[in-house]
Amino acid sequence: MERIPILKLGNSLLVTVQVELHDQLALTLQDDLTQAIAKHRARGVLIDISALDVVDSFIGRTLAHIASMARVLDAATVLVGMQPAVAITLVELGLTLPGIRTALNVDKGVALLQVLMNESGEPGSND
Amino acid sequence: MTEVVALRAQEDLVLARKRVREWATRLAFSTIDQTKLVTAASELARNTLIYGKGGDMHLEELDAAGKKGLRLTFIDQGPGIPDIELALTDGYTTGGGMGLGLSGARRLCSEFELDSRVGEGTRITVTQWKRASSRM
Repeated sequence: MERIPILKLGNSLLVTVQVELHDQLALTLQDDLTQAIAKHRARGVLIDISALDVVDSFIGRTLAHIASMARVLDAATVLVGMQPAVAITLVELGLTLPGIRTALNVDKGVALLQVLMNESGEPGSND
Repeated sequence: MTEVVALRAQEDLVLARKRVREWATRLAFSTIDQTKLVTAASELARNTLIYGKGGDMHLEELDAAGKKGLRLTFIDQGPGIPDIELALTDGYTTGGGMGLGLSGARRLCSEFELDSRVGEGTRITVTQWKRASSRM
């Protein structure tokens, strides 16, 4: 089955979506990520969607679900690299992704994730 | 110029998005208008698939006195929509989604038309006109 790779980086997980995200693939990613958070005791998740030129309500909802599930598992999620046209379209669609933290690029996302992880726990105690 | 894309399975959603993107690119729509139309098509194609039990998407290039446009028509022979006004309300869903598909698609396009008969099917037409100065 087609899967999006999840990389472990310290106590975080890194996901780069580089293929067209069809519905089933998005759901598989949701399952895989929640499993991976628990398995690796990850404290942060970084999702790079810079290659996605469409985020419709289904994909948007799945991303919001991922962030919610991660939060319940005590991990912070940061979404990075959203294309401007995608951002405009999402807002007009009525999907404002409440509860998802975003950053412009991977660098800024990593920095934000670091801050979020330090806020919510004992830094460095987990790896 | 016209083209028909059959919407019978999940993979067809990806194909529908791809075709709309290709057509919008060929007509030199702005990046934002392309993205809006492809996103609207994705929502409507999913509705055709899930609620309409499958159907077709028709693509048609329009030329109104030099003004270029792209029209997408989604046709199914599904159960139809009993209360169209309710179905167009943000947040209303019978399928477990977010209820943004129809209302969102309407906001994303220049023109939106919905015709549905209970027991016969649904036809939704969206049109995006190319704007005079497209920079992005």
